[in-house]
Amino acid sequence: MALKKLSKEKVGEALAELSKFRLIAPAKSDDVVVFKQISDPAEAYLEYGNSTVPPKKFAFPQTETLFRFVTGSPDLTAKNVEEEGTTVIFGLRPCDARAMAIVDKLFSWDFDDPYYLKRRELTTLVGMACVEPPSVNCFCTSLGGSPFGTEGLDLLLTDMGDYYLVEALTDKGEKLEETLSSQLEDAPADDEKKAKDMAAASEGKIRRSINTEGIPEKLPDLWENGLWKKVSAACLGCGICTFLCPTCHCFDIQDEVEESGEGRRCRMWDSCMFEEYTVHASGHNPRPTRKERTRNRINHKYSYYPAHFDVIACVGCGRCINLCPVNIDILEILDQVVDA
Amino acid sequence: MKNPYIPYQVNIIDAWYEAPGDRCIKTFKVTFADEKVWDTWSHKPGNCAMVGIPGVGESMFCISSSPTEKGYLRFSIMKAGKNTSALHELEAGDSFFIRGPLGNNFPLDEWKGKNIVTIGGGIGQAPLRPVIQWIRDNRADYGELELIYGARTSQDHCFKTEFEEIGSSDDCECHLSIDVEEEEWPHFVGFVPSLLMEVAPKPDNAIAVTCGPPVMINFVLQNLEKLGFTPDQVYTTLENRMKCGIGKCGRCNVGHLYVCKDGPVFSYAQLKEIPEAFA
Repeated sequence: MALKKLSKEKVGEALAELSKFRLIAPAKSDDVVVFKQISDPAEAYLEYGNSTVPPKKFAFPQTETLFRFVTGSPDLTAKNVEEEGTTVIFGLRPCDARAMAIVDKLFSWDFDDPYYLKRRELTTLVGMACVEPPSVNCFCTSLGGSPFGTEGLDLLLTDMGDYYLVEALTDKGEKLEETLSSQLEDAPADDEKKAKDMAAASEGKIRRSINTEGIPEKLPDLWENGLWKKVSAACLGCGICTFLCPTCHCFDIQDEVEESGEGRRCRMWDSCMFEEYTVHASGHNPRPTRKERTRNRINHKYSYYPAHFDVIACVGCGRCINLCPVNIDILEILDQVVDA
Repeated sequence: MKNPYIPYQVNIIDAWYEAPGDRCIKTFKVTFADEKVWDTWSHKPGNCAMVGIPGVGESMFCISSSPTEKGYLRFSIMKAGKNTSALHELEAGDSFFIRGPLGNNFPLDEWKGKNIVTIGGGIGQAPLRPVIQWIRDNRADYGELELIYGARTSQDHCFKTEFEEIGSSDDCECHLSIDVEEEEWPHFVGFVPSLLMEVAPKPDNAIAVTCGPPVMINFVLQNLEKLGFTPDQVYTTLENRMKCGIGKCGRCNVGHLYVCKDGPVFSYAQLKEIPEAFA
């Protein structure tokens, strides 16, 4: 596939072209960068490190309707995801795209989740390579990812200074290139090599790492180990590590009813770090303290998920480290697992 | 593709109380509002369903009837929280909604030719009921059938008339208990694990299935080992808080196993490998 380039002068034009779809792009919101639907190309903020909140909500909304009902009526109306239309997520980081590829496995496991899978089918992912690792706590290379990784992406952009190098990776990516044919030009012949060198340079700047080999097999043997009490001692149970995690997919289901009797059953992000997550109707809780909940979080990502899907449910984005209010560091926990 | 989150409406044919009190147990006999659902519906003993009312919620219950009972499904539900309290308000002629069948089932095909002993406590008899019914409806396929069942008081005994009928039939042995002495109680007095030791079923060519409160299961498992049952001869069911019922929402796992999807039926051999199984 011949590489293309998108001149930075034409980015606005390209985004305007893409706004005929539901266009999602990084944008400033107060002090942080988040992904949001944009209608004006000027809203897009592409010179960002990584977004505080991952773009997962555009595949797996924080709250979504499963079906609508009227109390007492037998008719249930399922939400039609198709109505949301074709979506382009523009400029997401390779780790967040890889996270979607990892979560796809769960939502198609034995039972197809029609809401998630339809939304993914309608979505094209345009990645933005990390020419510089966006955070001191990036560790994607330890998990099989890369600042220039392409897993899950349909198209990868690389910032070459005056222009973005554009690489189509899938049929969806090629289609998008066709949509942007007026904005794209052929890329210089030596850009492929240049990009490879840039990728190696960026990987070399990643400061944090963990050797994951053997961790999935070792974790079940550390069930009663004292480390869980130690590493969870400072935890406030706020759940930010899970809400901001691009691979965390746990959800609650709740019903809402208006006074008119019209209601909806919806699902919303939930967190294994909350007490209510596992408490039985009897009051019994199989994970009564933050020790058990932290142990489950780490085991789920680093042992249970690989047992089912042959991949660790962590992409090394570093958000849970950067944003934990009490500085709990998943790499320090994993170091203790390795040393135990 | 069937949307696994959309429940079927079921109409209540009959409803009655099994046990009284704060945590009373009510049985519902239901059929699908849309009779066509029966054409595609197929469940096995052990399978579960999410049961609920739009606007209130959903919770997971075992289907307490055997597929050999045609034209209806049964659920026996203890009043414990918001959803079960709302369900308990319903009577014959009312409706609720179910999603299923969900989960795995008891390996009754593998058990053909074996002697089966069931050990139940309280509402824990609900998942054992379809096993017993299945065996009685396929009687020639199985060896001896022995039932051990207990509850706190005689009033707390579920499926009383069925136990009476089974007790007077000659196709199985039936042993009942209550925790504390009552006048005119003709059967064993004491906890179920003690009754198990009194009955002392033989492990040869046998399968033991136990369901009940965790503390009972714990002692029953120990006692079965004392009686010579190996962990792969012993089966139980687990329960946990559930939302999706299809292995996605995350919460019901014990270790890497999801109770909703990989369970509720587990062999003791399987659970011995999972430290969280009896948490």
